[in-house]
Amino acid sequence: MALAKITSVIGRGVYVPGNDIDTDRIIPARFMKCVVFDGLGEFLFYDVRHTPEGVPTGHPIDKPEHKGATVLLSGANFGCGSSREHAPQAIHKAGFRAVIAENFAEIFFGNSTTLGIPCVNATREDIAKVSAAIEANPALEIIVDVAAREVRFGGEKIAITQRESARDALVNGRWDAIGDLIDGLPAVQATAAGLPYMAVA
Amino acid sequence: MSAQPKSLFEKVWDAHAVRTLANGQTQLLIGTHLIHEVTSPQAFGMLRDLGLKVAFPHRTFATVDHIVPTNELVEPYKDNLAQAMMDELRKNCAQFGVTFFDRASGKQGIVHIVGPEQGITQPGTTIACGDSHTSTHGAFGAIAFGIGTSQVRDVLATQTMALGALKVRRIEVNGKLRPGVYAKDVILHIIRLTGVNGGTGFAYEYAGSTFDGFSMEERMTVCNMSIEGGARVGYVNPDETTFAYLKGRPYSPTGAAWDAAVARWRSFASDAGCRYDDVMVIDAADIAPSVTWGINPGQGISINENIPSPETAASDDDRAGIIEALAYMKLPAGQPIKGTKINVAFLGSCTNGRLSDFQEVAKYIQGRKVAPGVRAIAVPGSQIVALQCEKLGLDKILAEAGFEWRAAGCSMCLAMNPDKLIGDELCASSSNRNFKGRQGSITGRTVLMSPVMVAAAAVTGVVADAREVFAVN
Repeated sequence: MALAKITSVIGRGVYVPGNDIDTDRIIPARFMKCVVFDGLGEFLFYDVRHTPEGVPTGHPIDKPEHKGATVLLSGANFGCGSSREHAPQAIHKAGFRAVIAENFAEIFFGNSTTLGIPCVNATREDIAKVSAAIEANPALEIIVDVAAREVRFGGEKIAITQRESARDALVNGRWDAIGDLIDGLPAVQATAAGLPYMAVA
Repeated sequence: MSAQPKSLFEKVWDAHAVRTLANGQTQLLIGTHLIHEVTSPQAFGMLRDLGLKVAFPHRTFATVDHIVPTNELVEPYKDNLAQAMMDELRKNCAQFGVTFFDRASGKQGIVHIVGPEQGITQPGTTIACGDSHTSTHGAFGAIAFGIGTSQVRDVLATQTMALGALKVRRIEVNGKLRPGVYAKDVILHIIRLTGVNGGTGFAYEYAGSTFDGFSMEERMTVCNMSIEGGARVGYVNPDETTFAYLKGRPYSPTGAAWDAAVARWRSFASDAGCRYDDVMVIDAADIAPSVTWGINPGQGISINENIPSPETAASDDDRAGIIEALAYMKLPAGQPIKGTKINVAFLGSCTNGRLSDFQEVAKYIQGRKVAPGVRAIAVPGSQIVALQCEKLGLDKILAEAGFEWRAAGCSMCLAMNPDKLIGDELCASSSNRNFKGRQGSITGRTVLMSPVMVAAAAVTGVVADAREVFAVN
């Protein structure tokens, strides 16, 4: 199956401040009691967006002016903790198509890339610049240019970085590796044949 | 001419590298795939959608751990969603020909406890599981990755995944731990030093005389929490302790194949003089019984230190982190952590739910009572651990002291089953994460510590120094 070439993501942005935002916070474990990923979007950041009594707390993603935002901005070590793909799935199903943060936890980064969600790094100062511009004008168009390694907004631009293998996979439409991995199956059999523990007992 | 010295990571990687993919990543053979009910159903769904089968069903092993109730053994479970996940896993394993350690098998348990006790986890192998604590298996000198559901699909369909190589950091701990200091304290100490993201991009090689002297269960406790410091993989080089543990296990080789396997396993250990991307050296004598005070596992202190204060923060980030954590934890800045009232004591999890954990607790708690008002539960990590404990009467000692003895599962580590904190209860917990809401209540509070420290907190009703409570010296 041909995958889209994700060279850029264009849309409105929303800034969710904080460092070390873990995957339990992105999607609390009780919402993982499911056998499909459908419907996870509404539970994104659920326990931060609601009081224990279920009253909305006015979280940035719930603000009317940020409805429909597709670019999520945050702090350092975003997505740390559990390997649950439910976290990037919830982000994607809530409508986000790119995440800009200072840096990302390893497993979250890989999971997101596999879903075609670019996770790009920017400096704290630059993230502050973009979020200030969003605050001034929530309708501002943010262009996350994965191919050109920059984010453009309101006549300004900032540099972004990203692991080259992920950037390559996104812009060339091979972010989901399954097709490539299947093509390699004959070679897999050969590698397995050289490893005693892979033999059928 | 001698070959270039290599680390275990490089050797295992090279032995399992199938080919280089177009984006520069490696297609890596994953010899052993462990699956459970939470992160696999969607992956099987994707296989069906793509019309694929499991490529190496004999190298895939399933168990059920996250959602199983620990005080309800008969199905259907009261929680329909939990039952649905159970049914789905059972159906998927039957349809795709995967071995399932179901509750009826007597071998069910937390996936990271089942793999080693069955002898499935072996040195020099690659392992993946849709769970970040898969690094546990590195205790055997395996390279073990926590993965997401799309990668579970990849491994089911091809027994491989696309990965970039990691850097290797050697973390050497030397010397003898002081009395009352445990493997859990070693890893909490390491994470405190590196922070929760200091390990990003690294595989950790744990070494030094402290690790040489550790049992396999102690090594597993440390490797288990590698991810809490950001490292996806953590391992210990295989040695006689490793081989002795594996000998005679159900999936271990036997006869001549055993001798060949040991020789092969030995060859995977890091060569003297191999290159590391980073080295950290820690003196075991510097490690004290540790507890967390905040909302991530890097926010830890030794039991006799004071809770940090925003005023003494090393940086603006640190200050913001302290303020956020103390507000959530409802703990006073600058005061001793010792004496903090607890409501719940939890013994168990893939970090500390093994026989030696319960043995050590039983040794000290025998004849003592859980403090009034404290809810205490002990959850063995597997049915086999439960049986081992019961044979030794540890369940009775714990029950006598006031701990509820439960059936095997992940339980209150992440509270996907009915075991949850209520309101802002504070839990002294032998688990691995103290994130906001982690133990099932959105305002629930977790203080991570070793099992013996949990026991000390349980009997005193407060966060306590187990060395004082149990006169350890």
